Amino acid sequence: MENETKFVIKGGRVIDPANDIDEVLDVYVEDGMISRIGGKKNYQDRAVIDATGKLVMPGLVDIHTHLREPGREDAETIQTGSLSAVRGGITSICCMANTTPPVDSSAGVRFIYDRARYAHCWVYPVAAISKGLKGEELAEMFDMAMAGAVGFSDDGRPLSNAQLLRNAMTYAKMFELPLMLHEEDLTLSSGRHMHEGVASGLAGMQAVPSVAESGMIARDVLLAEFLEARIHICHVSAKESVDVVRVAKERGVDVTAEATVHHLLLTDEDVVASGFDSNFKMNPPLRAKDDLAALIEGINDGAIDAIVTDHAPHPPEDKDCEFAVAPFGVIGLETSASLVYDKLVRPGIIDVKKMVELMSYNPARIVDISAGTLSQGANADIAIFDPEHKWTVSGRAMASKSRNTPFEGWELTGKPVWTMVGGEVAFDELSR
Amino acid sequence: MKEHLLGLEGYTGDEILEILELSKTFRQVLDRDVKRLPTLKGITVANLFFEPSTRTRMSFELAEKRLSADVINFSASTSSVKKGENLRDTVDNIGAMKVDMTVIRHGAVGSAQFIAKHCKTVVINAGDGAHEHPTQALLDFYTIREHFPDFKGLKVCIVGDALHSRVIRSNVFGLKALGADVTLCAPSTLLPMGVESWGVKVNCDIEEAIRGANVVNIMRLQLERQTAGYIPSLREYGIVWGINSELVDLMDKDHIIMHPGPMNRGVEITQDVADAPESVILPQVTNGVAVRMAILYLLAPRSGDIHE
Ligand SMILES: [Zn+2]
Repeated sequence: MENETKFVIKGGRVIDPANDIDEVLDVYVEDGMISRIGGKKNYQDRAVIDATGKLVMPGLVDIHTHLREPGREDAETIQTGSLSAVRGGITSICCMANTTPPVDSSAGVRFIYDRARYAHCWVYPVAAISKGLKGEELAEMFDMAMAGAVGFSDDGRPLSNAQLLRNAMTYAKMFELPLMLHEEDLTLSSGRHMHEGVASGLAGMQAVPSVAESGMIARDVLLAEFLEARIHICHVSAKESVDVVRVAKERGVDVTAEATVHHLLLTDEDVVASGFDSNFKMNPPLRAKDDLAALIEGINDGAIDAIVTDHAPHPPEDKDCEFAVAPFGVIGLETSASLVYDKLVRPGIIDVKKMVELMSYNPARIVDISAGTLSQGANADIAIFDPEHKWTVSGRAMASKSRNTPFEGWELTGKPVWTMVGGEVAFDELSR
Repeated sequence: MKEHLLGLEGYTGDEILEILELSKTFRQVLDRDVKRLPTLKGITVANLFFEPSTRTRMSFELAEKRLSADVINFSASTSSVKKGENLRDTVDNIGAMKVDMTVIRHGAVGSAQFIAKHCKTVVINAGDGAHEHPTQALLDFYTIREHFPDFKGLKVCIVGDALHSRVIRSNVFGLKALGADVTLCAPSTLLPMGVESWGVKVNCDIEEAIRGANVVNIMRLQLERQTAGYIPSLREYGIVWGINSELVDLMDKDHIIMHPGPMNRGVEITQDVADAPESVILPQVTNGVAVRMAILYLLAPRSGDIHE
């Protein structure tokens, strides 16, 4: 008889960097946890999932997601965003605080957790650093930490005021949560829409120089060094930024950094080639070819710790307009794993173990949540990835309420096909 | 000829010359007593101007009327277009009135491309942000060609705000395709990133830039450049980059002076240069109508059938 709380995923290639595992093994799940990997075969009394020829990995962890609830439920809800996540092999998401109203109080943090009870995956709130994301006064960080915030960020806006950021860094040390910093010098970036370089010059587009990002990162890693504080740099996009983070790490600064999937795959030339399609407009902007190369170098040498989606849903009525008017951001939960696999793993730029490190193990460590591993006793958060599954990206076909993807029409090889969250099957395309 | 005229980037010299050659026919029409042709009878053209531009709009409107098209005008400053009334809706609504061709001026780079992609209408770009203004460049080329039949090796000096100027971009794309020898001159703060890869000479020193030139094309300087901190003052710009007769004396003996208008006399150009015998600033305006007639003719739907 099948037991709904007992599973065995058999015959798949198990990738678990936490335990340095990369071999064909059976994964046993009981009571929502990983009960064991390998060992004596037992296909009785449990649901048997045949993962032969597939990759079995810890569920992916996206620490940079925008879910738009509360306030813009027309763009995304916690329910639709989390469904999009599990369809992309993601089992934990950290949602940013820039909702309407922003998550800048413990009530806001509790609201997210309350809504997350009906979500398809684990949802963890990242709370605001400043009240109302205004960058003027600290939000009640301690209260929000006690309510379960996993990190703090004013993402979408930088903290221009260094004194406020200094206090936030010092204050956050008391509860050991990361400050996740959106780095942007607004005096260099305001009213500008794409990366400043050859492409923007030819196009006549008002453009943001890389130093708007790298300069602020330099300020903040030095501040963190001075205060012995811990910071995480969001969506690093410029080559100079990668250098600054690398040097900071060499100096012993407690800093981690993330890069988005789109910055690893697209450039400012794609903006022009798209005919200024607003689905290629995000902040920070798509940079130049050598920036992309530096990001790849960064994920390989450890300067960059995590790959994130920066999933930023906007409904068509907001995005379907001229480039300069459109809001920043693209969706990514449903495409990130496939894109990284097809465009970085298959060509041999990174190996699949590195992919799991960057998309699961490392991000889970950054926000310190129990995820990112298939260790015995861990939450049974598991993704089965079919490396041969061919599919075509379609915004309309996604679970997200929005469809603002720059990867529309891309033909990809490799796809998450089965996702388990806390021992429950959250997505199953495997049996089809 | 392509389906729309969005910009000159990607055009070959031959394609441009073809347009200029056809423009000649229409230019002759303008000198006749009866300046009207039935060419676009039954064709409806919408002029959508989201930025104020009296001259360009009048020039298009006149070109359309000379070709017997039905013309509708829509003007709104970009800022006054209310939120929720987006560009696509505006154009779709006008398209629903069965408009065949759309001339669009808009402050956003790529707006003409956006309309071409989403709406069923032939699009003529009358300026999209700092990106392109192809008909202005074509009328500049037409005017140059009246004086210098061969573009190969012709020395053209363009003076002005290359960072924000769509006229400069379209001129550069076209003049390069035509084989001209182009020098850009501007204050260093008004040169875009990557300008060294444009395939033209760049020189902030106006005396060096203009020396030996056959053509100087002087761009209007917007007052906003001062308030945004790109230049200290219009006065200083005028002193350093304003084209006066001493600078014109450095040009080749055989030379013309151009300006797309409207001029800030005393800033980028002095009164005597603007009114010099070598100034072709007014012929530029006349030629603009002829060139726009040619473009309308070339792009009109089934123009072959309609043409008598
Ligand atoms: Zn951000």
